[in-house]
Amino acid sequence: MPEVWIPTTMQSLTGGQHRVQVEGRTVRQVINNLEQVYPGVKAILYDEEEDDLQAGVAVIVDGEASQIGLLERVQETSEVHFLPAIGGG
Amino acid sequence: MLDYKPNIVLSNDDQEYKVIGTRPVRPDGADKVTGKASYSADINLPGMLFGKMLRSPHAHAVIKSIDTSKAEALPGVRAVVTSADILKPSGRASELAEGAMVNYKFLSNNVLADGKALYKGHAIAAVAAASPHVAEEALKLIEVDYEVLTPVMDAKEAMKEDAPLVHERLAGLTTAAIRAGGVLDDDDPARGTNIANHFEFKLGDPDEGFAQADVVVEKEVSTVAVHQGYIEPHSGTAQWHEDGSLTVWSSSQGQFTVRDYTARLVGIPVSKVRAIPMEIGGGFGAKLTMYMEPVAALLARKAGAPVKMSMSRTEVFEASGPTSGTYITVKLGATKEGKITAATSTLIFEAGAFPGSPVPGGAQCMMSAYDIPNAYIEGYDVVVNRPKTSAYRAPGSPAAAFAMETAIDEVCEKIGMDPIEFRLLNSSKEGTRRVTGPLMPRVGFIETLEAAKAHPHYSEPLEGPFRGRGVASGFWGNNTGPSSAVALVHPDGKISLTEGSPDIGGTRASVSQQMAEVLGIPVEDINPTVGDTDSIGFTSNTGGSGVTFKTGFAAYTAAQDIKQQMIERAAKLWEVTTDDVEYVDGALQHKSDPELRLTFQQMAARQTPTGGPIVGSAGVNPPGAGPAIGTHIVDLEVDPDTGKVTILRYTALQDAGKAIHPSYVEGQIQGGVAQGIGWALNEEYFINDQGHMVNSSYLDYRMPTSLDLPMIDTVIVEVANPNHPYGVRGVGEVCIVPPMAAISNALYDAIGVRLNSLPMNPGSVLEALWSKDNGGA
Repeated sequence: MPEVWIPTTMQSLTGGQHRVQVEGRTVRQVINNLEQVYPGVKAILYDEEEDDLQAGVAVIVDGEASQIGLLERVQETSEVHFLPAIGGG
Repeated sequence: MLDYKPNIVLSNDDQEYKVIGTRPVRPDGADKVTGKASYSADINLPGMLFGKMLRSPHAHAVIKSIDTSKAEALPGVRAVVTSADILKPSGRASELAEGAMVNYKFLSNNVLADGKALYKGHAIAAVAAASPHVAEEALKLIEVDYEVLTPVMDAKEAMKEDAPLVHERLAGLTTAAIRAGGVLDDDDPARGTNIANHFEFKLGDPDEGFAQADVVVEKEVSTVAVHQGYIEPHSGTAQWHEDGSLTVWSSSQGQFTVRDYTARLVGIPVSKVRAIPMEIGGGFGAKLTMYMEPVAALLARKAGAPVKMSMSRTEVFEASGPTSGTYITVKLGATKEGKITAATSTLIFEAGAFPGSPVPGGAQCMMSAYDIPNAYIEGYDVVVNRPKTSAYRAPGSPAAAFAMETAIDEVCEKIGMDPIEFRLLNSSKEGTRRVTGPLMPRVGFIETLEAAKAHPHYSEPLEGPFRGRGVASGFWGNNTGPSSAVALVHPDGKISLTEGSPDIGGTRASVSQQMAEVLGIPVEDINPTVGDTDSIGFTSNTGGSGVTFKTGFAAYTAAQDIKQQMIERAAKLWEVTTDDVEYVDGALQHKSDPELRLTFQQMAARQTPTGGPIVGSAGVNPPGAGPAIGTHIVDLEVDPDTGKVTILRYTALQDAGKAIHPSYVEGQIQGGVAQGIGWALNEEYFINDQGHMVNSSYLDYRMPTSLDLPMIDTVIVEVANPNHPYGVRGVGEVCIVPPMAAISNALYDAIGVRLNSLPMNPGSVLEALWSKDNGGA
């Protein structure tokens, strides 16, 4: 199963766990399945009105920042990180 | 030792190219040096009015009332606007729109103050008149009743419980989403705060890591606000049309941002706004946002005539974004053999009057160059009564590196280890776990450090009193994003290439070169232009060192489109299948019949009879921009009588992935270093006790000139980015990350005192010397 690294400030929602494994073949599925186990996670990561990641959240799958967010494919062995998006100059 | 020459390219890429890696003259160069290029303030339209802005004389004040009647009555005045005329979107954090890190309420309030003036120079009202002089006279007739409040100018002061609140209802965010802040819901009883955001990263067990360390260094550094210092002030011109659409001319780092922001604040759909990008006289991140365009549009709508607004230099300093002042603590532990065991840091960044400092960038970059098993980083985004900060070249990373890289120097001194050897021992490489979690992609830190170690600058003796040498490295993640390119093939074999990225660093050339390489034609046969928002597909901002990567990718893909179309046309002409045709060295040829051959130019001449115009296009959103990393070596000399620091020699080594146009890579590196030297030694917003900037001109704001700097030698190290067809990684930002730390380390080497606050100006250096003489340090 893909391994999700939980941001430090969200670990109160996962009982202090900083890495959890959940099913999912896309980032969207991963977030939905995370919400089943750890309620509250989805509201932080997902913007229902825009049907997109929350503004300012970047998802990194296997070391690369995704450009397609929720649609990004996730492998069985993938690492998924949610990080603050940073802007350039 | 290698036989180095100034400005050398060291490459691990053995691919042979015809256009990539060459140094053609930039297509826009002649117009720029002969004064023919048009910048934003060069626009003049029939019947155009001139807009001027009334700005707050106070750093913090309630706006009790604004009376514009006398200004409106002045002959020649055609329109006056205040915040009553601009849309005020919701400021709830959950309602931030369109995936962008912008809070439109705060953007609206920054463009025209609503209820409170939040910094000296904050826009209060604007006038459009037949001449700029009449507009200025009218500003004096606007009566504003202020209730002056105590300002809070410093982030640490603003974090105190009893500090004056910049925004009474600001929500303090603590989520993974580093958004541009938000306001509390109306029914939320929580008290407002000046801390717009607080976030953390943790890896491993820092306490255990420090227990394993033989040496531990703890320090705090501080930096003050500096301005990006672009030569061209902000300017915007707006004209409404009979169908309700709006045209905006301005210089920015993203015409689509101008379109989107203006549409949102004047209340029309984005498709009704045509944003035309003018040439840009510098941006460095600060022209990713905007100030004048929506106000010009509001004035133009009210006046029924086009309106141009341009900032003065003082307005640029007082009312457009500088970078953050910061406080950064760092604790670093290492074994006596030089292996880092743990690191922790707290970063406090001033955001200015609205949330959104670059503290996420600083936090994510400061330890990324190193393999650190145990680490903790926290960041605070704090609002103060200063102009809203905006991005400045590798936003957040230079201040963070000032802390981290000087701490490394202190550790090296304690364990008696060469600073480049220390960095080699701890360098991040492909697969290293970053403190923020993800694994590091391919990056050439080791190659860059090896090049630095082998450079004659590093081994050449530096003799004489009050002279010192310093080394520092820097990291920047680089960005990518959506980008578009459209190429029209003319019958004479030339190409008109329209791209979506404003050109601020020679990217017309570097993007055209990638198209020319694919097609096997001279780059001079491609004429690149930057399209407006009605003539090219959406393209994300020119920022994050991303244009040569993403728009180069778009041009590469559009060229492949042309190539494929030409193969199909040739197959049709020769009555064969496309499998029988190949495109080699700028020509189409039958794979087995050498008689069947058409050059690119010959095929271009036959495009109409073979199916019509050939137009190559691409809309891309390529992942994998690839990080950038650099190491700098600096020699300097201190005058013990005046405290003046003279830079004697500077060498900057940087992984560029692949230098498409080496001269422009070198130019970016040299420009970044020059700005970094100014940031290190002289530049600062000098603020008086009322919160007013008192050095808001280039006479008093001390940027370095060519007379202050030696030739800055560059070494381009090429470790190809595997995510780009030519190996490109961004180059424009990481070059400003190491200079402050490198200079601080060199100063220590020269005078034996560590300066931990910027700028390290003559007064600070003298105080450090006197402190040492008095037994301090």
